[in-house]
Amino acid sequence: MNEIMTKAWYTLISLFVITNYGLLLGGTMARVRAKVQGRIGQPVWQPYIDILKNNFKRTGIYHGVMFYLGPVFRLAGGLGTYLFIPAVYGSLVFSNFSFSGDLLLVMYFIFFGQLGMALGAGQSGHPYSPLGVSRGLAQMTAFEVPFALSVIAIASQYQTLSITEIVAAQQGGILNWVAFTNPLAMVAGMISFLGMSMGNPFSVVIAPQEIPIGPPTEMQSSFLGMLQTNRAIFNGAKLVLFMNLYFGGATNIGVMVIKTFLIYLYTVIVDASFPRFRTDQSIRFFLGIPALIGIAAVVLQML
Amino acid sequence: MKESNMDGLQTTATETEQQLEDMAKEMRLANDGLLEQDKGYFCDVRPHRVEPYKGIMESFANWARSQSLWILGFGTGCGAIELRPLMTSRFDMYRYGIQARPTPRQSCVFIIGGYASVKTLKRIVRSYEQMQGPKFVLGLGSCTVNGGMYWDSYNTINRIDQYIPVDVYIAGCMPRPEALLGGFIKLKQMIREGKCEGMNKYIDDFDWYKANQKQIIHDWNMPDYNW
Repeated sequence: MNEIMTKAWYTLISLFVITNYGLLLGGTMARVRAKVQGRIGQPVWQPYIDILKNNFKRTGIYHGVMFYLGPVFRLAGGLGTYLFIPAVYGSLVFSNFSFSGDLLLVMYFIFFGQLGMALGAGQSGHPYSPLGVSRGLAQMTAFEVPFALSVIAIASQYQTLSITEIVAAQQGGILNWVAFTNPLAMVAGMISFLGMSMGNPFSVVIAPQEIPIGPPTEMQSSFLGMLQTNRAIFNGAKLVLFMNLYFGGATNIGVMVIKTFLIYLYTVIVDASFPRFRTDQSIRFFLGIPALIGIAAVVLQML
Repeated sequence: MKESNMDGLQTTATETEQQLEDMAKEMRLANDGLLEQDKGYFCDVRPHRVEPYKGIMESFANWARSQSLWILGFGTGCGAIELRPLMTSRFDMYRYGIQARPTPRQSCVFIIGGYASVKTLKRIVRSYEQMQGPKFVLGLGSCTVNGGMYWDSYNTINRIDQYIPVDVYIAGCMPRPEALLGGFIKLKQMIREGKCEGMNKYIDDFDWYKANQKQIIHDWNMPDYNW
């Protein structure tokens, strides 16, 4: 019983840290984007205030049971993704619920939130919501191809589907990282990560000028507050996952912060430098060269 | 909704009056701009006043509200041209926690950008009612105060605060983006002091606002308050 309680405490601490880290990272990156545009930008703590403000709204509109459950599913997707990834290798507190097949479960959870959101957004009855959802799911299906190929390459390289074991195999020096032992898998994975983070050029899903913000068009007040909280957790989870898969994981919080910051910075640099693809262009893009790189990575592993 | 109307029964004038009286007693809205078959899609409940929290809780909430102002990205008149520079590096509204949102559901500040034509007023009312409270309105330009250079125009309204409650006016034709930022600072100060209860004012004087709106908007083919 004591063990379970300890684990529960560790999980809460881990969640608390990743939520705050995700929020601060979001605020920092908004400032980085502002610098690129020659502005000062919003305060780093702006995401906290936005969430507070949304939760302090006095009224809220709801459109049915699924509308309530949409953000809940999304949050479950974010939590599920994070809780099965070991955030810090070898740490009791941050190893979360990593187990032997967690890689497959995490890939499923990345998809799960979007599907839940699709149901919730669908019930809102706003025509732009399903439009955004269909774009999001189409793009997601496309970037899952290079990502899945990259994961298959890594899984066959280390003969395991456990993220902890993949991280363990990369310990002992920078040259042991997948980025160096299997660069093709890393390239395919990191390109699909651009799609996953939905910055430019893959930002057509929430295109604010065209389909007002896409899936969450009708989400307001505390629904939106919940989605923003999830965004922080989900972002943190994705960054930690990619750090574990390609860049040797982290043995302490400091290393985790540096590595995830740099991975996020890479998506922000791409985001600030490129214009937006249409959905069909981004699908063609992901199914083209990144998918071929992924296939090459798998074939090289099989040889 | 009255079922007798749904059945397509002929109702006499006295019966209709009786129905309206009943609805008024039950504090429901008539939605009489809608077709009979469309009424079922919309709510006929009147908006309810929501009291602020008490003490430090409301002060804290008001601080958060004042630090995170999300503008509805809807340029209602020529003054909207002054909103765009706010996002650029020269004025950088993000410093003050001000952002633009594309949907009224997520916004809390509505900027009436100059003159409001009769056609736009209908959209202003719809957008304002779709926003979730507490919500704030900035009147930008002299046209929102008294009609400005359009004061005797056949197609614009003169005083926006007869149709929706306004918190801060920014006079001028056109006021520069600096003036707009000044208006935002004033709005923040008022929110922190708890003076921006425009939504509750709208609900308290709902019938007066509706009567004013219906005087101007003749093709009222939308629900009375539905969103």
